[in-house]
Amino acid sequence: MFKNLFLKSTALFIGLFLLIFLAVPIFQVFYVSFLDQNGHFTLLNFYDFFQNALFIESFYNSFYVASMSVVLASVFALPLAYFTSRFNFRGSVIIQSLGFIPLIMPPFVGAVAMKLLFGSNGSINLILNDWFGFKIPFMEGLNGVIFVESIHYFPFILINLITSLNNIDRTMEESAQSLGSKGFGLFRKIVLPLSMPGYVAGASLVFLKVFDDLGTPLLLDVNNMLAPQAYLRISSIGINDPMGYVIGVILVLTSIAAVYVAKLALGGKDYSMLQKGGGGMIKRDFLPYQKYLAYFVVFFILFLVLSPHIALTLLSFGTIWSFSVLPDAFTVQHYKAVFENSVFIKNTMLYCSIAAFIDVVLAFFISYIVLRTKIIGRQLLDYIAMSALAIPGLVLGIGYLRTFYSINLPWDNTPLASWWFMIVIILAVRRLPYALRACNAVLMQISKYLEESAESLGAQKISIFRKILIPLMTGGLLAGFITSFSTATVELSATIMLVSTESEAPLAYAIYSYMQTAAGRGPGAAFGLIGVLIVAVGTYLSQLIIEKKYKQRGMEAKV
Amino acid sequence: MKKILVLFISFVLFASNVLANSGNVVIVTSFPKDLSGQFKAAFEAKYPNITVEVVGKKTTAGIKYIQETSSNNGTDLFWASAPDAFEVLKGDDLLAKYTSKVEGIPDLVGSYPINDPQGFYTGFAAAGYGMMWNTRYLKANNLPAPKEWIDMADPIYFGHTGMSAPSRSGTTHLTVETLLQGDGFDAGWGKMKSIAANFKTVTARSFGVPDGVNSGDFGVGIVIDFFGLSSIGSGFPVGFVYPTVTTLVPANIGVIKNAPNEKNAQLFIDFLLTPEGQEILLDPKIRRLPVNPKTYAKAPKDFPNPFKDSSIGAAVKFDVQLSKGRYNLVNSLFDVMITYRLDDLRAAMSAIYKAEAKLGNSSNAKAKKLIAEARALVSALPITEAKANDAEFNKIFKKKRKKAKDIEKYAGTRQAEVEAEWDKFVIDNYSNAIKKAEEAIKAL
Repeated sequence: MFKNLFLKSTALFIGLFLLIFLAVPIFQVFYVSFLDQNGHFTLLNFYDFFQNALFIESFYNSFYVASMSVVLASVFALPLAYFTSRFNFRGSVIIQSLGFIPLIMPPFVGAVAMKLLFGSNGSINLILNDWFGFKIPFMEGLNGVIFVESIHYFPFILINLITSLNNIDRTMEESAQSLGSKGFGLFRKIVLPLSMPGYVAGASLVFLKVFDDLGTPLLLDVNNMLAPQAYLRISSIGINDPMGYVIGVILVLTSIAAVYVAKLALGGKDYSMLQKGGGGMIKRDFLPYQKYLAYFVVFFILFLVLSPHIALTLLSFGTIWSFSVLPDAFTVQHYKAVFENSVFIKNTMLYCSIAAFIDVVLAFFISYIVLRTKIIGRQLLDYIAMSALAIPGLVLGIGYLRTFYSINLPWDNTPLASWWFMIVIILAVRRLPYALRACNAVLMQISKYLEESAESLGAQKISIFRKILIPLMTGGLLAGFITSFSTATVELSATIMLVSTESEAPLAYAIYSYMQTAAGRGPGAAFGLIGVLIVAVGTYLSQLIIEKKYKQRGMEAKV
Repeated sequence: MKKILVLFISFVLFASNVLANSGNVVIVTSFPKDLSGQFKAAFEAKYPNITVEVVGKKTTAGIKYIQETSSNNGTDLFWASAPDAFEVLKGDDLLAKYTSKVEGIPDLVGSYPINDPQGFYTGFAAAGYGMMWNTRYLKANNLPAPKEWIDMADPIYFGHTGMSAPSRSGTTHLTVETLLQGDGFDAGWGKMKSIAANFKTVTARSFGVPDGVNSGDFGVGIVIDFFGLSSIGSGFPVGFVYPTVTTLVPANIGVIKNAPNEKNAQLFIDFLLTPEGQEILLDPKIRRLPVNPKTYAKAPKDFPNPFKDSSIGAAVKFDVQLSKGRYNLVNSLFDVMITYRLDDLRAAMSAIYKAEAKLGNSSNAKAKKLIAEARALVSALPITEAKANDAEFNKIFKKKRKKAKDIEKYAGTRQAEVEAEWDKFVIDNYSNAIKKAEEAIKAL
């Protein structure tokens, strides 16, 4: 009886948390979409949406861009994941960590760096034009959006796929081999199906994120997509314009539908593996020619996806960079601003680590409740948590102000909304979907027989969590932590509404305020690079931990 | 898990010493750190016992923040460029009156009043729109630097220019409105569209334009002067010029109603207007036009002085009331005709350019007529000037939630509905213009 009570109260607690910090603030803003001019309920605004050629075109464009981005992102992610986790590949930890970096694109300054490199007069096109007399429109129109989005978000697929591959039970592969399966057949029949949960988790995140993404279309000045349309309407026509929220509602519904389709894609199949003996698949050696080919492919992809950060580095050390392949001269002057304002970095570390920790805890319980219990309304928890992906940060920020500003803190009578911890909460809510998808994917691969046998031996729920699930899910939990943490470091749209004093502002905010001036480009880039470095070091350390864990388990299995 | 926990706790300990704060005057501003930071430092040096807390937010977010927090206000000052932002706050009864005691500030800059006539906000610097260009870009593409707005409508600039949308930036809005008031509603929009047809992009942020020109992403941008002047000051290879038709507008500061530190807030306003405060505006990273004419004596040699050079910002007698009345409608019209349909507009204009190039000096009457018709289609408006100025019709576009009883004459008409009609009109015209231009080419 106790275990049920424990889980039920946890579910209730999480439900309340999501209700207070996600559903209520959104509702505060979104109900406008269902009101007519007299404040009565109406669906006329939705009728207007489907009557408007521009909105329909935007919907189509968003859908097209999101789907194509999944395809291109898979092209980037598959070789990196496959080569580094299936073969003895020197530097695979570094490669896997580096492959994660593109997710961390600091606001504004990342855009400037991309344009200096890939823009129609960026370094690459200037060289191409000089040498061959033509240019490639990397950054133009919808294709430009697809290009940038897939570079930016392919790590979602990469990180989930690697976790999945590492979780495949070696014995599965060994039994298949002993039954005579090998080569491509082995890959198709064993590896591919067993890694599906990770791939689908990653791919659906890419789809959702691109579908709802605002930053990239705005940076490329592509307006005919849904998220920019919603944003432009809300921020220019006014916060009470119903159409902005109609688009918001449509974004949310489409996102939920995408999560549902992803579920269907995995539906009815059992991905769990009983044993967790030799962690990960057998790593093989390359044949010599394969090795060079693999290194070439890996380095080419890495170079491509890391090029924005190479440009960012140049920008942070450059003096003036204008219509030229490289900056005119180099300096370390910009880093002075960073060290004089290190408070932003401290704030970011504090806020994002707490937020990511909250995310991992919540995600662990939500995925457990959804996948392992029969509590009524468990799917709803999943959908509500995921819908955070589709809520424009600006809307959530305004919702928080509306909901929490009139409540005062008991100890010093300042408004709750301007307390720094609310920035942590909003970051946690916005990044929860990432941790949740990661946890879901790992838990799907763990057989429930392990828990059931422990239970039949009299183990308490808590000790099952502690001794079985958490150790087996370490990879997924860490992946969730890292994804949430690192993407939170560059979050701006929601937090900017809540920052009430500069001394409590995070890093992304500092970048924003520097990037509003011509002279602020260098310091902005320096701040951005520092942020990226923090995340890179964190990712590398956790990759080491994961690697060590698998090795340990591998050893134990041998003994 | 333990390792993560240890790591996590050390993060917390590491950063928790940050969270103590104190503040004697809290300013919400849209100005960048380069500007606000200098004033903060100078003010704190002069008044060592007062701490300035600066909170930077975009103008629209700043307004929203002050509106949403008014029940429990903790902000003393709002400090931003666009006068219309202050009008919104004034309209919501969120500003307190204050008239500074500092002397020597004229009433007008160009033809625009420096201070709010009712005393709710105070101008402290002036700015006007102009064109900035990247010298390397123009050299590489063999283009001359433009001097007047109409130069930017020249086919040689096709795909080389950029601007921000007026709905995104209050100051860009003023440029468009100035053009409409200077040339008349119909002719003004015609000119605006022929300039827009050359755009490579309409940026979502107003700073996106100087950013693009500084990077060399496009060659010429329509920007507010301090973006151009401070880019020059920061060493970018760019130039800036005011065209004859421009409006100088003051950047402002106002005390928030029920400010917790009202005395300090007033002290800060006074400080902005003193000679030492005004001189900060001349800093190479800031470069805004001081409102105190005496300060120009210390300005660098080629720095524009609107109090001496009467050609800057005086060509148009700017009608603030007219602008205010149709503010949102003009934004919406710009977005429907230009921002969201830029590709269509460019395609239409490019077809016309082709036809005109082929026409050359030939006197083919049929082709000439077709080209004129195509141009007329491009510049045609889905709305008449009378309707655009109609106060009743404008109520559909008000920012506040519209109630049917407030709209009266157009009750039941929704903004999205009107925009969908405009969109259809515009799309049809642009594609018909292409057909006409192609017919003209065939006729030649």
